[in-house]
Amino acid sequence: MSHVTGLRCRECGREYPIEPLNVCDFCFGPLEVSYDYDAIAHVISRESIAKGPLTMWRYEDLLPVDGANAVDIATGFTPLIKAKNLGRVLGLDNLYIKNDSVNPSYSFKDRVVSVAATKALEFGFDTLACASTGNLAGAVAAHGAKAGMKVFVFIPADLEEGKIIGTAIYGAKLVAAKGSYDDVNRLCSELADTYRWAFVNINMRPYYSEGSKTLGYEVAEQLGWRAPDHAIVPAASGSLFTKIWKGLKELSDLGLIGQAHTKMHLIQAQGCSPIVEAYRQNSLHVRPIKPNTIAKSLAIGNPADGFYALKTLKATGGRAEAVPEEEVIEGIKLLAETEGVFTEAAGGVTVAGLRQLANLGVIEKNEVTVAYITGNGLKTQEIVRHVANPLIIEPNMESFEAAFMAAGGPRS
Amino acid sequence: MGNVLIRIPTPLRRLTNSQDKVTIECSNLIECVNVLDTRFPGFKERLCDETGELRHFVNIYLNGEDVRFLQGLDTATKAGDEVSIVPAVAGG
Repeated sequence: MSHVTGLRCRECGREYPIEPLNVCDFCFGPLEVSYDYDAIAHVISRESIAKGPLTMWRYEDLLPVDGANAVDIATGFTPLIKAKNLGRVLGLDNLYIKNDSVNPSYSFKDRVVSVAATKALEFGFDTLACASTGNLAGAVAAHGAKAGMKVFVFIPADLEEGKIIGTAIYGAKLVAAKGSYDDVNRLCSELADTYRWAFVNINMRPYYSEGSKTLGYEVAEQLGWRAPDHAIVPAASGSLFTKIWKGLKELSDLGLIGQAHTKMHLIQAQGCSPIVEAYRQNSLHVRPIKPNTIAKSLAIGNPADGFYALKTLKATGGRAEAVPEEEVIEGIKLLAETEGVFTEAAGGVTVAGLRQLANLGVIEKNEVTVAYITGNGLKTQEIVRHVANPLIIEPNMESFEAAFMAAGGPRS
Repeated sequence: MGNVLIRIPTPLRRLTNSQDKVTIECSNLIECVNVLDTRFPGFKERLCDETGELRHFVNIYLNGEDVRFLQGLDTATKAGDEVSIVPAVAGG
């Protein structure tokens, strides 16, 4: 059962009932879910969590919905891999990869949507909708299918083909708008005022965004109930980044882990780095930009949670880094070649940022460091198509040996 | 000076007697906000902070373009323009 007491404006503190609302009527500040933490502390323990399912729903007590009716396609509890090979390259002895690219629709967005779809059903909606840079689209379509809901997904028209097909296959109605994600998002906010649909990232947002906290919980549990020393997180709107920190803080406040001292590091690609820019200017306010980046899943020029991401950076002593566009593909390749994990451009951004932080000496050799890999490389294969150069041969020994020797033989 | 169509988001419709569109006459966005405030008292306070700056979680679009890419509230308007007031939303 849920321990939510209501909604509260993060800016002016005004309180609202548990309804499909996302914005404060008075100051336009974002609304956030309030919990009865005393009640949670009475029911939750490491043991109660360990008895739960091997999905994100093992943390049901800390989510703003009734888990008994969860729209559940087994999202979460994804692998935390000790990254010895990548660690050797970077000079880090305690590096881990949180591989969230193996969720049911192959990105971390399944976490937020699982919560949002559950809440949408609780509110009695029959249609699930979103504006998406791609990953959210697939997650909404998959969970909508499972929930038996109608699904409308709004995307920028230039999205990668893998993400379009990976959404349409679930029977979702796709609307491709000729514009950027920020344009699509603006359109959807206006639609949400007119249509009685559950827009997961608009009127469901206070509930939706809480799903990302499970990426904090899981990592702490998988590390043996402790917070990492460093977390490396890619950022678009900045919501994931702030919610991972919220998750770690909650565990710490509930006494399930020791003091959370994690330095939260935020990474963007240079072609879309408005949060990093504000960090460099030592400002808490993000100036919107027009994105031009290979990392389309991070291409949000007007990041709604930029302000809170910047506050989290300050509170935790983390750094914000922008990585050169050309290093994104190198990051994807480095992770694949060292750890056997094929990520999309956002993961390439994370790995390139991790390398940048390691080179700067920000991370001590033995500190526990977790890099969050949030999306799957199979969705954006076109950006790395150049790596495939097979030896073309006749199907016989001679032809193989000739081609093999020509390519450098056993030494290649 | 010319007639400009303003799209009113849900949180502000309580002030506009539930109207979702309002047409007003103005020549720039500051004037637009002031005219709206005269017609619907309290309107300006919702959009702007004490210093008259746009609140951080409010986005204003002129014909689909974020006014922060234009001249902010100093941006000029002309007859037939459309102004949208949109709260910031999460992504992605």
